[in-house]
Amino acid sequence: MQQNEMKLEFDSRSCNEGFARVAVAAFMTQLNPTLEEVADVKTAVSEAVTNAIIHGYEGKIDKVTVSCRIEDAALYVEVQDRGRGIPDVKLAMQPMYTTKAECDRAGMGFSFMEAFMDSLEVESAPGKGTRVKMSKRILREPDQFPGYLTRGIPAEQKQTADSEASGEKLSVCGILQEQNKIER
Amino acid sequence: MEHLFTISGATLIIHLPAELDHHSSEKIMLEADRIISSRNIRRVLFDFEKTVFMDSSGIGMIIGRYKMMRFMGGDVLAIRVNEQIKKVLTLSGIYKVIDIYEGIPQQV
Repeated sequence: MQQNEMKLEFDSRSCNEGFARVAVAAFMTQLNPTLEEVADVKTAVSEAVTNAIIHGYEGKIDKVTVSCRIEDAALYVEVQDRGRGIPDVKLAMQPMYTTKAECDRAGMGFSFMEAFMDSLEVESAPGKGTRVKMSKRILREPDQFPGYLTRGIPAEQKQTADSEASGEKLSVCGILQEQNKIER
Repeated sequence: MEHLFTISGATLIIHLPAELDHHSSEKIMLEADRIISSRNIRRVLFDFEKTVFMDSSGIGMIIGRYKMMRFMGGDVLAIRVNEQIKKVLTLSGIYKVIDIYEGIPQQV
């Protein structure tokens, strides 16, 4: 998979939350993700962008930046604001911790990002804004998922390619391909 | 906005939108609280039929209404929840405190 990048910059208005997560979801489709993987990434992006809007800028209108990179079959997402920053990142990342309980915030934003992505890193300093870096592996290793190797080959050719493989390998390959078809 | 809310006896049914995030949940919260405080509501029923996306803002909205109903001696239910929503509800632990039904329960 080739490396590919994109960058979005938008106003910190709540109506842009939907736009940001849908844009990232559209960008990641080139990794051929499952619906569940797309839903996971959308949720994580939504959490990070919502944090930037309500905690970073606290209703002030400024710019939120979302940058995405596809590299080595993984999606890297960075959400950045130039807002007030987080004084204690470790405390902010505690599940159920929130500074805006009166606004009915669940305090689960970072927990969700952690749960739905493979990695999460938060860089922040008071007055300097916040940068949230997340990544998620999408493509399986070719040896774990042989279906990917034959994708795109027309049906008859695929059969020949399959029958050339050893018996045991063929069955594993076939099962995975079937599963793959069902999942999509 | 009005079409999102149905009142049947002491039950307030909230027909949630397709995407339940910070943007949409804020408006729902305002309107729901207005109805709950002005009428005799004993049960809030969140209908996820049309909902395909929810994040922690939705969870916060449900927990807030749950606390309110508990305080007033009522309860909160969720119905017609899809897989993505179920995942988010499970992860948040809210599954333990509110009842989830496939369809509208008989007694409503």
